[in-house]
Amino acid sequence: MSAAGQGLATAQEVPLSLRGPAPTRVVAGYGFWLFLLSDIVIFAAFFAAYAVLSGENAGGPTAADLFDKKHVLIETACLLASSVTCGFGSLAMQSGNRTSTYFWMTITFILGVAFLSLEVSEFRHMLEIGAGPSRSAFLSAFFALVGTHGLHVSVGLCWLVVMLLQVATLGFQPMVSRRFFCFGLFWHALDIVWIGVFTIVYLGAHL
Amino acid sequence: MLGRLSWAAIPFDVPVVMIAAGSVGFIIFCLLALVTVKGWWPYLWREWITSVDHKRIGVMYIILALLMLVRGFSDALLMRSQLALAAGHAQGYLPPEHYDQIFSAHGTIMIFFVAMPFVVGLMNFVLPLQLGVRDVAFPVLNSVSFWLTAAGVLLVNVSLVVGEFARTGWLAYPPLSELAYSPGVGVDYYLWSLQISGLGTLLSGINLLTTILKLRAPGMGYRQMPIFCWTALASNLLIVASFPILTATFAMLLLDRYCGFHFFTNDLGGNPMMYVNLIWSWGHPEVYILILPAFGVFSEVVATFSGKPLFGRRSMVMATMAICVLSFLVWLHHFFTMGAGADVNGFFGIMTMLIAVPTGVKIFNWLFTLYGGRIRFTTPVYWAVGFMVTFVIGGMTGVLMAIPPADFVLHNSLFLIAHFHNVVIGGVVFGVMAGITYWFPKAFGFSLNERLGKAVFWCWFFGFYLAFMPLYMLGLMGATRRMQHYANPHWQPLMLIALAGALLILLGIALTGVQLAVSIRHRDRYRDVTGDPWNGRTLEWSTPSPPPAWNYSHLPQVDRPDAFWAMKQQRGTAPDRSVPRTYETIHVPRNNPTGFYLAFFAVLLGFSLIWRIWWGAGLGLLGALAVGLMQAWRTHGEIEVHADQVAAFERLHGPKGRPV
Amino acid sequence: MWLRAILVTSAAISMASCSEGVLDPHGPVGAAERVILYDSTAIMLAVIIPVIVLTLVFAWWFRAGNRRARYRPDWEYSGRIEMIIWSIPALVILFLGGIAWTGSHDLDPPAPLGESVAPLDIEVVSLDWRWLFIYPHEAIASLNRLVVPAGVPLRFRLTSTTVMNSFFVPQLGSQIYTMPNMVTRLNLQADQPGTFEGLSAQFSGDGFSDMRFDLVSTDRESFKAWVGTTKAQGGVLDARTFEALVKPAKVDGVQSYGQVSEGLFDSISSGHRTAAAPQRGQ
Repeated sequence: MSAAGQGLATAQEVPLSLRGPAPTRVVAGYGFWLFLLSDIVIFAAFFAAYAVLSGENAGGPTAADLFDKKHVLIETACLLASSVTCGFGSLAMQSGNRTSTYFWMTITFILGVAFLSLEVSEFRHMLEIGAGPSRSAFLSAFFALVGTHGLHVSVGLCWLVVMLLQVATLGFQPMVSRRFFCFGLFWHALDIVWIGVFTIVYLGAHL
Repeated sequence: MLGRLSWAAIPFDVPVVMIAAGSVGFIIFCLLALVTVKGWWPYLWREWITSVDHKRIGVMYIILALLMLVRGFSDALLMRSQLALAAGHAQGYLPPEHYDQIFSAHGTIMIFFVAMPFVVGLMNFVLPLQLGVRDVAFPVLNSVSFWLTAAGVLLVNVSLVVGEFARTGWLAYPPLSELAYSPGVGVDYYLWSLQISGLGTLLSGINLLTTILKLRAPGMGYRQMPIFCWTALASNLLIVASFPILTATFAMLLLDRYCGFHFFTNDLGGNPMMYVNLIWSWGHPEVYILILPAFGVFSEVVATFSGKPLFGRRSMVMATMAICVLSFLVWLHHFFTMGAGADVNGFFGIMTMLIAVPTGVKIFNWLFTLYGGRIRFTTPVYWAVGFMVTFVIGGMTGVLMAIPPADFVLHNSLFLIAHFHNVVIGGVVFGVMAGITYWFPKAFGFSLNERLGKAVFWCWFFGFYLAFMPLYMLGLMGATRRMQHYANPHWQPLMLIALAGALLILLGIALTGVQLAVSIRHRDRYRDVTGDPWNGRTLEWSTPSPPPAWNYSHLPQVDRPDAFWAMKQQRGTAPDRSVPRTYETIHVPRNNPTGFYLAFFAVLLGFSLIWRIWWGAGLGLLGALAVGLMQAWRTHGEIEVHADQVAAFERLHGPKGRPV
Repeated sequence: MWLRAILVTSAAISMASCSEGVLDPHGPVGAAERVILYDSTAIMLAVIIPVIVLTLVFAWWFRAGNRRARYRPDWEYSGRIEMIIWSIPALVILFLGGIAWTGSHDLDPPAPLGESVAPLDIEVVSLDWRWLFIYPHEAIASLNRLVVPAGVPLRFRLTSTTVMNSFFVPQLGSQIYTMPNMVTRLNLQADQPGTFEGLSAQFSGDGFSDMRFDLVSTDRESFKAWVGTTKAQGGVLDARTFEALVKPAKVDGVQSYGQVSEGLFDSISSGHRTAAAPQRGQ
């Protein structure tokens, strides 16, 4: 006999932690948050490695030599904007509007692809001028940190495509909207990590 | 076409390996043949391999751990016998190229594929039952975690026959583990099998953490939660916070080895000391991941068999969470001798000692739980008392080595080896054995034979002391670890005593097998009909043995710790009005092959990457993706158990008056 | 008869462990560390022996069959006991923590050993799988044997060519890691003449178990004589001959070098010669 069965007035007096198992949507979101926290620990380890190795350029190119502020600014604008459009997409999904959802999430996808292509072009340029990850420990740490973030963005884009397909085939059923919510969390978390990358790697280079 | 793989990878010229592999292969073949002939495949597939039931998954983890215990222990016997022989000018029978793989495999297997699965298996089986709920938060993910661990196990064992294993020790420090000094596939086997099983462990941590924090019976707040659940909470917090460090660090080493990066190389700015720091930032929390659930088992066992509540419950919880936090602040004590300077060494030495305070508090709390009790000396209690006596010695030697100048003469010696085996065997192994014996009747419906259980205990207890007390002495005599032979013949008698201890433990392991066989054969005699064979205190004892797939037909309403004990007290005095007559339809997760299929592709991916078979790796990735997509579109994930089915089950299995 | 055999064996073994290794130091560093070992162990035993005894006593006295024991099924808290059980470990740790802090500073490996006698500088290079000892001021070197004057502080600078090792002479005290491209520092002293075993305490590959050396401590005159003989009869150790040493080989006896290039250790430890790091075969 759970307290919740005794009527709304009594249920409000029972603290959340004592109401029994939480509903699936809460559980799914909570578990995904924990996953995101663990993912951030992975990034933390790469940030730590970058901090230790950022001065080890082995006589090769340094951060100041390599990083183009304008390029990075455009990249950042794309990614941050994609978070905004993702937000609009989530709102559209919550109100059950399919067309709006497709629209905003497609824009999110395009902005994400733009971010990735800018990043890939930066990497390609660095490889061409001999500033690849095997040139020095600093460059290894850079490529690993920024590359891990880029890998996460790529996985996110694939996930986004799958989510849109799920909306198309399964509609807005609870399972789909739970996953959409988790995708949103993931995408915004990548934004936060990027702000860390932007600050420590790119702005830090010019200090 | 096949990367680096060729027939030369199989060590046809090493008889020990060929015979071992042949025997194991033969046994596996016989088992598979038996299962096929008896027509057990559909049952196995439906009830175990694709099961997403936490009880089944927990049992599978423990079976996996027991099997790997045999493998890891064979490595130990090889090491002990080699050292018993290789004194003075004698070289023993295991040349360094093999001996180095054996001790590396021994450590890797024991930590990752014995201790972790034991602990995760126990937590898996017990937590939903103790929390009064139906399953963990993410049952399909649970199956995935188990099968990924099994994939890691498979890869490690394949390395015995195809290729080689790492020759670096169980933590694979660079520069030794870099391509320049370990050009073979050994370190790659090590790295990929641990990355795959590490992912499984991380997902398990997230799963169990969400379960403890978000899935509890109505009325069960944190103050009413059983103490084992608190230690599991701390352990899983550590898993979620520390395993990503392992993943990232191994990824860096893999990038060095595969893509020419310079994280830890000797040239172009790499920093091997950074690896040591990163890996121990994971490594120290790891040992607390292992010991905290064992502490939880002892809390349950000591309280139950003393017939009184755990003494000092609140300080027990505080001590547990203190250990959880402190375990992140001590990692440098694993390398005091790397030259960090007096201030840094002193700080970490003091932090390390601080952990001894809450640990000491726990020992005292168990002591005072015994005090005033009416103690029934069952097998789990033997393990608990054996633990209390043995673990404190290991704790003492640990605090001793936390003093940096003491560590300067004991680091990496056999004294260190003796210390950590002291705490891992005396703590983790004893705890797991106690837990398995304690919860076995709940899992299978019948108890284990008590006499054989006690015999197993004595073998482990005396075996441990015989095997490791000589190692404390040898460490003080200047013997270092990982020696394949030694010049000083004075050490040989001690090595022989250590071998005798190992053989005694071997007897204990063999007797465990005998105990299982005897208990299964006579299971009707040991049948648990009430579901409460020990007069337990916590909720799992209120279910039938074994519980139905849905655990509880009605989620219990809880308002205090030791909820089942309270229910039993109340039942004695008042008529049982809490037995409801109406049941509802229960949704139970359906079987799911996702975990098994993912593991298959994980093995393909791992093996291909190890041997640089790039198309195989691509196939593995695509396969995994396909399995994931199949799961994404699976819409009928649950079976309905109708109310009358539940009622029928309760009529059959629920004894009168049991509040279900 | 069994009991006597066990007691005699234990006594013999205990005495054996006291007559070699860490519990038989022959220098001030090792002696100070032994004091710490004994004192800390004694303090902790004072706590854990009663704990072990109490565990066995309580378990036995409160066994279910003992009707004389008082069963207190609801006794689960006592403020007084709580205070005691937090205080005992806390006090012990407070004390040992003090030992850890002061010991850490007093016995910090780079800390010099007194100022009355001028120290002897020795540079140590760990190779696969041998030890090279360079005496920079005497311009001589020795492979697999370390000859030192007794009663003189030894000021070590250490590095490695390939992988991590650990320089350790148990009867003199502290060990220290050797790492490529890095210099670690250690100070030890042998009080009397004697021969002491040295080894590597950090696993470094297939030849690790043979990576042993003798630390031979002699009186001042004998040491001077040894330096003289080595200068006269020893081989040449320059960048070229050093490269030959770097190739992996299991221990191959003692060698001495009478002419050592100046700054050889510095060039090894700064990585200027690691351009072509030797690979190990399958």
